[in-house]
This record gives sequence, structure tokens and C-alpha cells, in this order.
Amino acid sequence: MKVMSFHLMPYADLDLSVKDQYRTVWIVLPNSYYDPDKGHALYNRYLDELELCAELGFDGVCVNEHHQNAYGLMPSPVVMASALARRTRHCRIAILGNAFCLRQHPLTLAEEHAMLDVITGGRLISGFVRGVGSEYFTFGVNPVDSLERHQEAHDLVVRAWTEPGPFAFEGKHYHCEYVNVWPRPFQQPHPPIWCPSMGSIETIEWAAHPDRKYVYLQNYSPVESVARYLDLYRELAQRRYGYEAPSDRIGWCAPLYVAETDAHAVNEAREHIEALFNVFLPKQSELMFFPPGYMSPESLKRALAHKRGHRGGVKIEHLIERGIMICGSPDTVRRRIAECHHRMGFQEFICMLQFGTLPAPLTEKNIRLFASEVMPAVKALTDADYRGFSLPRVAAE
Amino acid sequence: MRAGSRRREKVFEPAVDLSYAFAGAPETGWTMAFVRQTIELNGCKLSFARGGSGMPLLYLHGTDGLAEWPALLDTLAQRFEVVAPDHPGFGASELPPSFDDVSDVAYLYLDAVEALGLSGIHVVGQSLGGWIALEMAVRSTARLRSLTLISAAGIHVKGVPKADIFMIDPEEQARLAYADAKLGEAAAERAAAEKYQEVAILNRIASARFGWQPRFFNPRLARWLHRVNVPTHVIWGEGDRIIPPAYADAFHRLIPGSTLTMVPNAGHLPHVERTSAVAEAMQTFLRN
Repeated sequence: MKVMSFHLMPYADLDLSVKDQYRTVWIVLPNSYYDPDKGHALYNRYLDELELCAELGFDGVCVNEHHQNAYGLMPSPVVMASALARRTRHCRIAILGNAFCLRQHPLTLAEEHAMLDVITGGRLISGFVRGVGSEYFTFGVNPVDSLERHQEAHDLVVRAWTEPGPFAFEGKHYHCEYVNVWPRPFQQPHPPIWCPSMGSIETIEWAAHPDRKYVYLQNYSPVESVARYLDLYRELAQRRYGYEAPSDRIGWCAPLYVAETDAHAVNEAREHIEALFNVFLPKQSELMFFPPGYMSPESLKRALAHKRGHRGGVKIEHLIERGIMICGSPDTVRRRIAECHHRMGFQEFICMLQFGTLPAPLTEKNIRLFASEVMPAVKALTDADYRGFSLPRVAAE
Repeated sequence: MRAGSRRREKVFEPAVDLSYAFAGAPETGWTMAFVRQTIELNGCKLSFARGGSGMPLLYLHGTDGLAEWPALLDTLAQRFEVVAPDHPGFGASELPPSFDDVSDVAYLYLDAVEALGLSGIHVVGQSLGGWIALEMAVRSTARLRSLTLISAAGIHVKGVPKADIFMIDPEEQARLAYADAKLGEAAAERAAAEKYQEVAILNRIASARFGWQPRFFNPRLARWLHRVNVPTHVIWGEGDRIIPPAYADAFHRLIPGSTLTMVPNAGHLPHVERTSAVAEAMQTFLRN
């Protein structure tokens, strides 16, 4: 199994009392709450943390994109990936992901990803996402066009990476007279494309399609959902597309905290993971995360029906119990991952070792303990440890 | 060229349950019979309510669609032949995949007016509907007799933001739409009611289709308004918190010879909140 370290780079110095004044830390929270001096320290600390992961033998370091919020401060993950490109030597650098469809011209990102891939000698993983709903308020892109633009931007970028230029691209949303990207990507035919998602059947169908066979990565979910969606990838591959999906096509990303004992782990992580879920994360009750047309009318109806005021109240025990977070002693964490692997067989595991307000000393301790006590056992997990995929069993479950 | 041949009317078979569209009418003294019809035009199955007799009047609804039937239409149907379509994507009208702009709707309605053999029509548009009415008028007024704009969208006045209805939930939007807090609260309860949700969601998506970016205006429209060469009546609620009254002044200034009526104690839906005052102002204007 490959193990990578993911960072959201939250504004951990946020005055958490803002949650009483503002309905969310996205879009509407004034940026006067951002202190650039503190931000300077945080960015450099976070990059140090990812560089430490690279030194300690993680298979990759991961960054992503969000806009106008305190939850994740990488409006351009390319900037962070570039900073990491020359400070790491061997590990993969994964952008999980970039919202190509939010750009007026997706080729800007195609060029930047190609540059990164060439600079790193082919260490780039390129994640394609639509962005969370609130990003459509940031960029003014019509959410009704979101899926179409996402797929068209993908087609444009992949053609730009793989077909000899110059050629004309004649799309509905993007029309380019000259597509001729210099540099071409280092990896052939192009950097691996990943599809991170919080659980979308359309995304899984699209990623598993035989034309693509992209890696599907399930984020932040109760373990039951992770199992359902990862199995769905294999099921669609087998039943609809007629091929057997290899285990390295599916991945799981989860916040993780490891300490000397289970009790230590829970105590140390508690306030910081609870801050992530109760203050930083998008709220199900906020319509800005479900702009019209971003999802099907049925899904939007469910979102609209959702009662407001589900804020606060998430407890770490609940997160651990539902398998949204992995937390405990090295033995507990090793066992937990091995159990999940036995059940789901993912060959990509991405852990978020800093979350919410988790401070530098605890983050470093978490990284080092995970790298020395847990990671070797996790890396050793192979398909032989997976119970295997069986359609009848999935149907029964 | 395209009249007659494309005209295909048939008995209305609603794609969604619209029974409630008329539910409140009997209590409001509704007497005129409205029927539902559909025509297929330019790849769009367009559903509309039609009722009354007299000179033709085209009523173009706002972002909430016709889910709440405006009593104003019953009043108007006593003197006019009222045609009130669901805009493409709203209510029971289909949104053709090729439609991505208000101008698509404007051309569709210009074609529909021709296909239905209507001419000399009074066009009345509220909010989004007012914007569509203007997009029709700047393209052709050949079959138009007059234009009535009720709290119309379509332009932008620098420094005067409209409420962002996509940032707030439907209940908040309903409260914001009325000047009278009690009416707003009642509307908020209706907005929250389950029975409205199917259509309300479709309407919200269609509103985003046409009004997401830039929010509910066409940057080119203001410079085309000199082409509006039919008598135009601008009606606005003095307490409009969705599209502030500064927009009433702007339309009045930009449209040559237009008449301005400000309605006291009314918000974004003056035709609902002050139905009789608006009906009276309209009839005075339309008589002249």
C-alpha cells in the first residue's frame, strides 16, 4: 500500500468565537480575521510538516484547493506543490485536487501541472475536482454548468497533454484556436489523474469508465460510506464496464492521530478535531455549499430539507466510532487500518495528520509516531490481505 | 415565416403537479377560467396558463414562478386575454439544453407570440420576467403595445447591490420579499412547506441558469434600452429589499418617456402585496 500525507493548511490561529457571529467560515467571514504575520508562520510550518513527511518516507505529500475561507488556505495548490517540488526528492506530489472547471481557461492549470511534472521528473499526481459548492460564489462560474465544464475541461487538458499541438479545441464552454502546451508533461501519456470526492455516484461512474480508470479517493466519510463507495467503483467496473478494477484505483483519505495510548490520543486530538468539524468544515445546512444546479434536483431537495443549526456538538468519540477519524495508540491505529484494508482493499491511504487547530508540537509528534510505528505495517499491506471483491456479497451487504 | 407551421397547441398535461397553482384562487374571488396549454417551439415544450378576454396581455413571472398564482392575473383577466407562461425550466416548461441565456427566452417568447397569432400585446414582467420583457422589447416591439415592468431585474446600478437570493435560503428570501413582516412570515412558512419543494427547486435551478452570472443582469442591456419604443410603465415597491428602488429610477431614466409608479408599503412583490393599488395603476396606464 502507498501512504501519503495530506494537508489542508487551515487558518489554525482563527479566533474560534467567530462561529457565534458568522454562520460559516466560508465566503462570508471577513478576511480581516486573517493575520498575515500568523499566516506567514503557518504556511512555513505546514510546508515544514509536509517536508518532514517526505523525509520520513511517506510515498507522497498532498495539497488541495479552496477559496475564501479559513478551512483550507491553498487557493492555488500549484503554489504549494511548487514550493514542495524542490524541497522533496523522491516522493509524489499530489494536488487533490485542482478545480480546472472554475478557471476561465483550464489550460493555465494544464500548463502549470505540466511544469510541475517536468520540474519533479514525473512525481506529480493531478487531481480533478469541481470544487465545493461555495467556490461557485467565489468565481461566478454558473453551478448549473459545473458538471459539463468539469468534463469538458478534463477533455481539453488531457488532449493538451497528449496530442501533438497546435490543434483547435471546439467545446461548448471552452473554445481554443491554438492548443499547443509547452512544456509537455514528463509522465507519459500524462500525470496520473485522481478524482477525490466526498461521495458522488456520478464521479465514481466517471472515474471508473474504461476510457479513464482514474483513482477514486473517498474523503472524510463514515467508514460504512467509504466501503460502499469503494465497492461501488469495483462493482461498476465489473458489472457495467466489464473489467476488474485493480486495488490501486481506489483510495481513502482520513484524519488520523496516533499517540502513546488510546487515551492520550483522544485527549490530545479532541479539541483540534472537534474544531475542524464544528467550526471549519462546510455546513450541510448552508445553501452556499449547494448552489442550484451543482447537484441533481433530488440531492438539492435533500439538502434544502436539512434542518439548520446542526452546528457544534460533534464529539471525537462519535468521529472515531463512525470511522470518520482514526485515532489511538500505534497498535489501535495499525489494527484499524488493517481491518479496513481487509474489508475494502484500497491500495492508496492518505492521512491528514494536521487538522483544525492541532498545534505544531502535536502535529510533529503525530507525524513521527505514525511514520515509525504505523506506516511500515500499513505499507506492507497487499492485495493478499484483502478479502477480495465479490459481487454477490456486495449485493447482500 | 415561422408562424402557423410551427403552431402546435394541445391539451395541457402537466409534467409536475401544478394543482396548487390555482388552489388559492377561489378565495380571492377568482372567476375567470384559466386553462393550461403547451406549445412546442424552438425545441422547447412551453407551458402557459391562458384566460380572460380582451386585448392580449403576456405576463412574465419572477424567480418564484407561478407556484403562487398572483391574484393580479385574475383581475387582469377581466379586461385582457392573459397568457402567462412558465419560463423554460420553471414549473411545467422544459429547459432545452441549448438555452443558457435570457436572450434565448426572449427570442422564444417573440416566436411564441407570433406562433399564437398574437399582436398588439401588453407585456407585463415582474423581476426576472421584467428582464425577459426588456430583452424582448430591445429586439422587437413589432407585436408589442406596451411594457409594464414590476420590480424588474436586467440592469446593474453601480454601488447598489441586489439581494443575493442564492446565498440565502428560500424562507429568508420570502421574508425579504415583503415589506409587511406578517406577510413575509406567512410566505416563509409556505416556502418551507413540502408541497412547494419539487417546483421550487426546479425554479431555483432555472433562476441560476439565467441569473447566476452576472447576478440577474445583462451588462449590454442598459445601452440597448433606447430601442424600447412602446409606452413603458415602471412599477416598484417603495420597500423593495431584493432590487432596491434605485433601480426604478434607473429604468425610468434609461427608457424614453417611461412612467414611474412607486407603491408605498410594498416590497419586491407589489402586485401581490398591494394587488389593488398595482391593478389600478396598471389599468390607468393601459387605458391611456
